[in-house]
Amino acid sequence: MNIIGKPRRRVDGRAKATGQTKFADDIMLPRMVHCKLLRSTAPHARIVRIDAARARAHPGVLLILDGRDFPIPYGILPVSQDEHALAVDRVRFVGDPVAAVIARDELTAFEALDLIDVEYEPLRTFAAPEDSLQHDDPRIHEYGDRGNIHKLVSLEFGDVGRALADADKVFEDTFFYQGNTHLPIEQHAAVAAKDPDGKLVLWSSTQTPHYVHRALAKALDMPAAHIRVVATPNGGGFGGKSDPFNHEIVIAKAAWLLDRPVKICLTREEVFYCHRGRHPVLMRMKTGVNDDGTITGMEVQTVLDGGAYGSYGVASTFYTGALQTVTYHIPAYRFQGCRVFTNKPPCGPKRGHGTPQSRFGQEIQLDKIADALGLDPADLRLRIVEKPETLTANYLRLGTIGLAECIRRVTRAADWSSKHRRLPFGRGVGLACSSYLSGAGLPIYWNDMPHSGVQLKLDRSGGVTAFCGATEIGQGSDDVLVACVAEVLGIDPIDIRAVTGDTDLTPVDLGSYSSRVTLMMGNAAIQAAERARDLLADSVSRKLAVPKDRLVFADRRVFDTENPSVGIAFAEAVQLAEAAFGTIGTTGSYTPPRSAARFKGGGVGPSPTYSYSAAIVEVDVDPATGWIHVPRVWIAHDIGRALNPTLVRGQVEGSVYMALGEALMEEQIFRRLPPRLSHALVHKFPSILEYKSPTTMDMPEVFTELIEEPDPRGPFGAKEVGQGPLLPVMPAVANAVFDAVGVRIDEVPTTPEKILKALEAKAAGKPARYGPSHFPDVPWPEPLQVPPPWEGGDGKARGPERATPQVIQS
Amino acid sequence: MMRLPHFRFHAPRTVQEAADLLASASPGEAMIVAGGTDLLPNMKRRQQVPSTLIGLRGIAELRAISNGNASATLRVAPSPSRGDGLTIGASVTLSALVGDERVRRAYTGLWQAASQVATPLLRNMGTIGGNLCLDTRCNYYDQNYEWRKAIDFCMKKDDRSPERAALPGRAALQVCWVATSSPRCLAVSSSDTAPMLMALGASVDLTSAAGVRSIPLADLYRNDGIHYLTRRPDEILTSIRVPGADGWKSTYWKLRRRGSFDFPVLSVAAAAKMRGETVEAARIVLGAVASRPVASENAAAALVGRRLTDDIIAEAAELAAVPSRPMDNTDFTLVWRKRVTRDFVSYALRELRGDETTDLRRRLHAWHVVPGV
Ligand SMILES: Cc1cc2nc3c(=O)[nH]c(=O)nc-3n(C[C@H](O)[C@H](O)[C@H](O)COP(=O)(O)OP(=O)(O)OC[C@H]3O[C@@H](n4cnc5c(N)ncnc54)[C@H](O)[C@@H]3O)c2cc1C
Ligand code: SF4
Repeated sequence: MNIIGKPRRRVDGRAKATGQTKFADDIMLPRMVHCKLLRSTAPHARIVRIDAARARAHPGVLLILDGRDFPIPYGILPVSQDEHALAVDRVRFVGDPVAAVIARDELTAFEALDLIDVEYEPLRTFAAPEDSLQHDDPRIHEYGDRGNIHKLVSLEFGDVGRALADADKVFEDTFFYQGNTHLPIEQHAAVAAKDPDGKLVLWSSTQTPHYVHRALAKALDMPAAHIRVVATPNGGGFGGKSDPFNHEIVIAKAAWLLDRPVKICLTREEVFYCHRGRHPVLMRMKTGVNDDGTITGMEVQTVLDGGAYGSYGVASTFYTGALQTVTYHIPAYRFQGCRVFTNKPPCGPKRGHGTPQSRFGQEIQLDKIADALGLDPADLRLRIVEKPETLTANYLRLGTIGLAECIRRVTRAADWSSKHRRLPFGRGVGLACSSYLSGAGLPIYWNDMPHSGVQLKLDRSGGVTAFCGATEIGQGSDDVLVACVAEVLGIDPIDIRAVTGDTDLTPVDLGSYSSRVTLMMGNAAIQAAERARDLLADSVSRKLAVPKDRLVFADRRVFDTENPSVGIAFAEAVQLAEAAFGTIGTTGSYTPPRSAARFKGGGVGPSPTYSYSAAIVEVDVDPATGWIHVPRVWIAHDIGRALNPTLVRGQVEGSVYMALGEALMEEQIFRRLPPRLSHALVHKFPSILEYKSPTTMDMPEVFTELIEEPDPRGPFGAKEVGQGPLLPVMPAVANAVFDAVGVRIDEVPTTPEKILKALEAKAAGKPARYGPSHFPDVPWPEPLQVPPPWEGGDGKARGPERATPQVIQS
Repeated sequence: MMRLPHFRFHAPRTVQEAADLLASASPGEAMIVAGGTDLLPNMKRRQQVPSTLIGLRGIAELRAISNGNASATLRVAPSPSRGDGLTIGASVTLSALVGDERVRRAYTGLWQAASQVATPLLRNMGTIGGNLCLDTRCNYYDQNYEWRKAIDFCMKKDDRSPERAALPGRAALQVCWVATSSPRCLAVSSSDTAPMLMALGASVDLTSAAGVRSIPLADLYRNDGIHYLTRRPDEILTSIRVPGADGWKSTYWKLRRRGSFDFPVLSVAAAAKMRGETVEAARIVLGAVASRPVASENAAAALVGRRLTDDIIAEAAELAAVPSRPMDNTDFTLVWRKRVTRDFVSYALRELRGDETTDLRRRLHAWHVVPGV
């Protein structure tokens, strides 16, 4: 292979390094006007009255919109169509948009916001899941499983009660994972315009133009064919730009009404209000093990603080219990999840979507198990790693599994055996593992069509254009598209132009989420390129009189393997083919294999294949102050095959960076003012300075090991790398703290104050830990019983299907 | 953060001109802008909304660091007490200060403090005068207009006590959300150089159209989050005078979440004059624990005439921590910030004793190792 596997400068690197990439905010159109949103200052209230007369009279104001202009709800999941572009009658959190001002410039629009008078009638505020579980009234939404519970899930695969009873030991722990946010450097921005043909165009920093396209058509009640959505390159997404957003719908409507381009750029505070980030999750885990470390069964319960809207929340809920089974063999498994509504910005998918929280608990619990059984944590994991090509208890079909190799490589690189339990007090190392999907097996809305499509246009000049709906969010998807095509056609990436993320020009790709793009778009690109190569090979074979199967495409030539001097230039090959077959254009598409799960709720978790990672974190803890410092991280990732190792390492290191932020400092938290004086429930600090996240200057040394064991399901054997390597780092930090000072921090972030409290607890003879001790009462439904494959199960639930009322896909 | 509001901008060329402009402005209307790294973000959040800004960047005479003798162009009369210390013009940028060899050699603590302010880019713009006059900070206040509106504001800005008084069942008092019974604002003095310059015994010149007055830096501050400076609105801080460093060693320790940048949430500035191994005189000043830098005289007194043994350091550290009264309005919990005050004081004293502290600094600040004394 000439391109695949070689470290290369990414195809969009030059534009980015020279500042020529056009982000949404760089778009300037003639006659363009600006939009600002008036956001609720009440956490939960009925809107009694909106009076915009003063704002309308303000010089420079062109249009004012409010909830009455947006009667049709929308939402990313078909089961949670609970958002309106502007609040209708009710606001649900501080930051919920209430009205929009469109004015000649941003400052004027901002000034006019303060001239809109809104009268609110306060309603009971739900600040925490306990509030929402206790009080059914008033309901934040009129739908959901009951009261203020949005979603209840209850699934059981095998007899977990018996499995725990039969175990030599049972471990039970409670963990808490604090919510945190994506913090992309680019704040969301969008421009909408009516094009000269009278159709609507929206340019937006979105990860999912296809879903935005659908939402716009629905919310504005317009034919989708008259709407074009263009995803501009994203200055970071991480899941924060994968919902259709109110500001996109508002400016689309405004541009339509005014017949002028309308731009909106969110402020940093507003990005904190859009959120859709990591759910705060309280979890209880019960695991039965035998003395040799094998797991007999596991039970996971989670409570998710969902915030004010559905977003991807139903999927997030399932994800907190979906992937426990894909790393280690778990013969019997029960999962119960509960998502509640609260009066805070909605949570949704952030890198790792729903899985980092329960992975955190699982990997710390394994560390505790290893400690209790007197086993080395690495050895314990090596004993129980799941076998490749297996169907798990919850019917996930696994592909290749490089986890054991990850553990071996990372322990060797870090010199684990001479560090673990051997460093002086205050210093320690911790190990943890994880796995992640290479693309969700099901789309967000039910359909049988491909998840990704690629079209190729081959030009007689030798140039190739690749069209795909995938969106470049900084992860390098344009590069993957070009590399796959270049490899198959034997040309250079520079010869190929990528046209992506444009609903008018490109075939549908579902979007940059769930680590799906490399695998799905890559397979579609290979198929399209192979079809083109086939046409070219036909013509060249005839011309050179060389059998087709002896032809090689490389170095911009098509030639005979047995006699390389016999060949022609690639451009000439295209010309021959064009002469023979007419204009050369091919398509490729990818649809994931059918899931083995046939029970309700089985739609979340299946993936064509899974990536694996193992990380070792070294910490330095000052027992006097609790101060924690991370000098080094070693991480091994099972990538299948690294299509462009430079990009793969970038994703791994970026994951470590984001993970350390979550592990050590990031918190999306809220302040409730004394209720006697105020109703306020506000984000504690919606600011990029005060929301603490490490900078590049705070990064430790990172040593990356790539495990390449090609998986036939991936393009050239590749799996995902965008999300998986984040997951093991948080629990590895917690496990390292235990190794360093002998206390357990059973929640993130791990802060100096928590370490100090745990040390004080230990000194006082109390449990040497800091973390939650209470798990609320949740009205769990009876679990849906699905016998695992080894008990003769066929993926269907036993008895009447009742636990989960609606089929959901993600 | 929003766009800047509209304002009128003046760019005077001399201190006299600037002072005259200030004198003729109506009260509360005009503000001084130096580097703008504090004021402009505050204006974008509508925490401060002056209709007139008087920029100091064009005034050359405020940009010099001189060896004791004030630059000839300064309108300030030379003071005999100046000795061979340093006179630092208020508009000297923090980058210029950090780049100055005299500072680095003779006033290590000042160098350490200045080089830990914000980021290199902000230090290129931010000035020492602006740093000393930095607005006090609070998590309830350093927020944009809409956020503050959602909490119904507080007494430091846009307080609506008359309206609140009219509401049935609501407190008529002006409210501080940090401590609702507090009669005054508890916003935090967050300057890095202020505590250090106080520990170095610096004084400042305040110039108005009426003339110049020179006061100890300690007297510039008031323990009130709103009226945190004793500077009159018509006065310009023109220069900072640091006494000669003969025999004095100094050090600065800063607690912040990230080594790359962050305001201090606790800082310890310490200076000691040593004779052999014995402390002849000492000053310890805490930053970010009140609305002004707080000198700990008892702790300093405990060191005088003693050697810096572990026991003496521990004793002084306990004493120094006593006046530390952190509030719940910055990063980290207040209990923990209070708790680690003594640790930070002992780091400072150990460094003054000559202990190797590079490793400790590396652990606290990752890659941003600030060389020790
Ligand atoms: C992201 C960020 C991080 C920061 N981190 C730190 C930090 O770690 N430590 C720290 O100490 N600061 C920090 N700062 C604040 C600021 O950058 C510095 O304090 C800087 O030194 C301020 O100087 P300036 O010249 O920019 O002040 P300006 O913004 O110009 O002025 C600040 C205040 O002082 C007044 N003023 C300025 N000059 C004079 C004068 N000569 N006479 C009278 N009044 C005057 C102004 O009216 C204004 O009220 C940070 C700022 C930002 C944005
Ligand atoms: S300390 Fe109190 S009054 Fe001062 S800014 Fe903070 S909340 Fe407002």
